Amino acid sequence: MPRLFVPPLLRPFCEGEEEVVVEGSTVLEAVQSLDAQYPGTLERLCPEGKLRAGIAVTVDQNVTPRGLAQKVTPESEIHFLPAIGGG
Amino acid sequence: MATIDETKSEAGSGDAPKYKVIGTRPIRHDGSDKVTGRALYGADIKVKGMLYGATHRSPHAHAIIKSIDTSRAEALPGVRAVATSADMPEPGDKIAELGEGAVNLNHLSSNNLARTKVLYKGHPIAAVAADNIHIAQEAASLIEVEYEVLPPVLDVLKAMEDDAPVLNPDVHTEEMASGETGDKPSNIAKHLVYEKGDIAKGFADAKYVVEREFRTATVHQGYIEPHVATALWNNDGQITVWTSTQGTFSVRQQVAELLDVPLARVKVVPMEIGGGFGGKISVYLAPAAAVLSRKSGMPVQLVMDRADVLQATGPTPGSYIKVKMGADADGRITAAEAWMAYEAGGYPGSPIGAGCMCVFSCYDVPNGRVEGYDVCVNKPRTNAYRAPGATNAAFATETVVDELCEQIGMAPIDFRLLNASKEGTRRVDGVTYPRIGLVETLEAIKNSEHFNSPLEGENQGRGIACGFWFNAGLKSAVTATVNSDGSVGLLEGSTDIGGSRTAIAMQFAETLGIAAEDIKPAVVDTDSVGYTDVTGGSRVTYATGWAAYEAGKDLQRQIVARAAELWEVDPASVSYEDGCVVGPDKRVPFKEIAIELSTAGEPLVGRGVSNHNEPGGAFGAHVVDVEVDPDTGKVDILRYTAAQDCGTAIHPAYVEGQIQGGAVQGIGWGLNEEYWYDTEGSMRNANFLDYRIPTCYDLPMIETIIVEVPNPGHPYGVRGVGEVPIVPPPAALEAAIHEAVDVRLYELPMSPPRVLHELLKKQS
Repeated sequence: MPRLFVPPLLRPFCEGEEEVVVEGSTVLEAVQSLDAQYPGTLERLCPEGKLRAGIAVTVDQNVTPRGLAQKVTPESEIHFLPAIGGG
Repeated sequence: MATIDETKSEAGSGDAPKYKVIGTRPIRHDGSDKVTGRALYGADIKVKGMLYGATHRSPHAHAIIKSIDTSRAEALPGVRAVATSADMPEPGDKIAELGEGAVNLNHLSSNNLARTKVLYKGHPIAAVAADNIHIAQEAASLIEVEYEVLPPVLDVLKAMEDDAPVLNPDVHTEEMASGETGDKPSNIAKHLVYEKGDIAKGFADAKYVVEREFRTATVHQGYIEPHVATALWNNDGQITVWTSTQGTFSVRQQVAELLDVPLARVKVVPMEIGGGFGGKISVYLAPAAAVLSRKSGMPVQLVMDRADVLQATGPTPGSYIKVKMGADADGRITAAEAWMAYEAGGYPGSPIGAGCMCVFSCYDVPNGRVEGYDVCVNKPRTNAYRAPGATNAAFATETVVDELCEQIGMAPIDFRLLNASKEGTRRVDGVTYPRIGLVETLEAIKNSEHFNSPLEGENQGRGIACGFWFNAGLKSAVTATVNSDGSVGLLEGSTDIGGSRTAIAMQFAETLGIAAEDIKPAVVDTDSVGYTDVTGGSRVTYATGWAAYEAGKDLQRQIVARAAELWEVDPASVSYEDGCVVGPDKRVPFKEIAIELSTAGEPLVGRGVSNHNEPGGAFGAHVVDVEVDPDTGKVDILRYTAAQDCGTAIHPAYVEGQIQGGAVQGIGWGLNEEYWYDTEGSMRNANFLDYRIPTCYDLPMIETIIVEVPNPGHPYGVRGVGEVPIVPPPAALEAAIHEAVDVRLYELPMSPPRVLHELLKKQS
């Protein structure tokens, strides 16, 4: 089962959990699974079905350009971090 | 220069690759034009009928625009058009994804031509196109703007206060990832937090704790070529922009979004670029030039002077950082905490996210907390500058580490080796590292002749520091056309900074087993190659190199199929090996088969695309020797060595050049560079005489050690190089100054007055 690491400022809406075991084969399904456990989190992370601007998804060790569509495995770690640019 | 092959594994396979082209130093394909002055840069383009532009800029750092009167400018003979924000579409509250980050189009538009407010001195308000530059400048001076002047906010902490004047009424504090926003306008655009473990327990377990506050000044990339854009808005609605940029496709998108035209109507032609370092990604001139062209019916060129560049483009943020770290009796880090506020400039968008992720990135921190704020102040909107956000953060952390080492009585290099991040280390932001080379890089410094040489002079000291940058992948495309003589034309969309076209050509050459000299790489316009993200994020050698590898593989497949057809044999019996197509009874080199196939069928055109995102991350470790003049506070650099893991050095000379260039910029940042503002928010040193970037008189040769821990996430093991080397220098210099004269400096730059102040304070 994938592990979704809850950003600290979202934790108050997840009963303080730092990471949550979720279901799903994509990041979107993983967030929907989080929402099933903690209603409202989907809209907070993905308003109108799109990843919130300025946020990037990291699956395992790499930022993914596929965002919510990125496939995940049962062993995956999912992180939500600020989108960053280089120089 | 020493080269250390640490693991010799090809993409993590553990097998030693035997490269023929990679690792050599061919002459760069653009070298002749560059050294003879024939290369065409942004301001060299001259289009038939071209008009010359000038910009009217705000004299105030913070003001409401009450009215703009352009009538006197328009009446001046020779003036062909005047543009203000009224000539640009209202973008509304739209966010555009630009590949490397998102941008609020309303802010971007207002930063190009101010709408209702000016947020920094030099903020552009109107632009003029005229028959010559003199008329244009005079006309720009005739534009009359009525302001309601507001108090400027120049300090990041003051800007965070409840009663601070608010710059942007549409900015509310956004709590990262929670969807929560502040209920009233604020200068704090973003707040983010990372936590790992139990910070209280971590500090309780510490025997040694150091907590310090740091400030860093706003600094500029200091590229030698000022911004320039030439635009033609043709009668058929097609827009062509000639510009010096790090990303033609990014410019295309920004221009299209800001002018509300389809992407296909905009063509961006890249000129050679005289430095960018992250500062030539956002558009500053192209939209206004295009509007002026539309209004005048003629092509228009807008060029900045140095003062415009410094006052009105995107420097890297000034910052306030507080770092607290604890270690146990053995020197192991038990906890680390950072509180960071970065100046965004007039509009949100400082690199606070990256700064927060980088602040403890070199260390295995079991218990950590990082809190960050993106804060608007009345300075130009910040932009990327080599490893944006990381240098500020490293200055704080590495200085605290140096003090911790002093308390513990442990050699700084050994402390770092003990606590270094390695494969599997989980950062405070939660992500674990893949295979990385920090330990190998530190060992390279520890074993270096420099580090083991004596340093015995009076007021001399040695310091070390390390640094990290993520690097990036993103999208790239290349097209390769095989000519009838076996040479290859290679088209790419990555504007060439630091010799990247040769590094890309070398990876293509390696794939096909041919010489780099047989390839003619060209950086082409947005109509001539597939979408390619910016030259930034240390991504080009990695990502465009991967696309070139794919193009080579594509050609291999085509050649095998066509050769089988030509030889009338089963394609399964034909392969491509070591630069030759191999059949059942023959082995033909690429050049020969290319000539043969060119007369026997359709052209050979290979395509390669890349959207891989396993850039691996990169680390550097630097050691510097300094001598401090106790009478003036001036710091002289005696010797400087930078070691860096580059995965695989495609062209070692370019790797060395990137390391040296980054180190030099970091030295400038550490010792001299700063935006000097008066109380009215006017930058008082907007020229290269007073804004002191290092010159050859200020520096010894920067010695480099290339460490190669191949990146498993790339066919040739490449890791980006360009950004990491700017990260360690200020902290390494601080440690060296401390060892030399026993003072600590917690503010950048460590310029002579500041060093002298600390020396005098110590004496008294």
